[in-house]
Amino acid sequence: MDRIPILRMGAFLLVTIQVDMHDRLAETLQEDLAERVVSDEARGVLIDISSLEIVDSFIGRMLGRIAMISATLDARTVVVGMRPAVAITLVELGIPLEGILTALDVEKGMEMLEKSLDQWD
Amino acid sequence: MSVEQYEILPITAEEDLVRVRRATRVLCIKLGFNLVEQTKMITAASELARNTLVFGGGGEVQIQVLLEPGCAGLRLIFEDNGPGIPNIELAMKDGYTTGNGLGLGLSGSKRLVNEFDISSQIGKGTRVSITRWKSNIT
Ligand SMILES: Nc1ncnc2c1ncn2[C@@H]1O[C@H](COP(=O)(O)OP(=O)(O)O)[C@@H](O)[C@H]1O
Ligand SMILES: [Mg+2]
Repeated sequence: MDRIPILRMGAFLLVTIQVDMHDRLAETLQEDLAERVVSDEARGVLIDISSLEIVDSFIGRMLGRIAMISATLDARTVVVGMRPAVAITLVELGIPLEGILTALDVEKGMEMLEKSLDQWD
Repeated sequence: MSVEQYEILPITAEEDLVRVRRATRVLCIKLGFNLVEQTKMITAASELARNTLVFGGGGEVQIQVLLEPGCAGLRLIFEDNGPGIPNIELAMKDGYTTGNGLGLGLSGSKRLVNEFDISSQIGKGTRVSITRWKSNIT
């Protein structure tokens, strides 16, 4: 598999990361998402990382960049489903996830994005 | 202390990082590490394996299982014959990077393990050893 599928859900894009990604795959995803945000005129991006056993500084940096790029393109990013052990490890590693919105699951993430749409329009 | 040389994995391509993470996970489970302990060790392994590949120009990791009365440990020794690190103290600082990373691989993985040893010689290479212990007395 050399691409992670990006699904459209109304005004939002949903990415479910299901594999232990190698670095190139993560970089491809970043570029693919930027293009899709523009071509689909998406207002939000949901990234489901509930299958990810670890988030190291490379993936952490990628999530931050996706959030930044999307924001520049007028879309919010919500990272959903981070495992508790992953959150604990990220904090100890020292990865700043401050700019990133998080939610417990896809449903709550959708609600969050919908609310942010309401606030804007 | 008894040291069991478990395996040696090459780190010469991105796919090898996935293999190192997977092998670390299997051993963490075998040694009875809980989920948080596993996650920390695999994350540290991922950081150091990437450094070996990106900065060291490739190398290998030795995976060892350590047995002591009452506890067991997992030790990973990453080695490369790359350019070496001129100033280890600086390289160990949060946020220091000569690449385009976050500069948290070395400093962060030190926080994720029980023992962390780094040695490096300019022009010769770098060696980083990490160990996490699991007490059997619970
Ligand atoms: N194996 C290595 N060989 C040579 N230099 C290294 C090695 N590992 C780390 N370094 C140096 O230490 C710096 C900090 O590493 P690290 O904390 O992992 O941050 P990052 O990978 O984000 O740069 C690197 O930018 C690099 O200059
Ligand atoms: Mg690094």
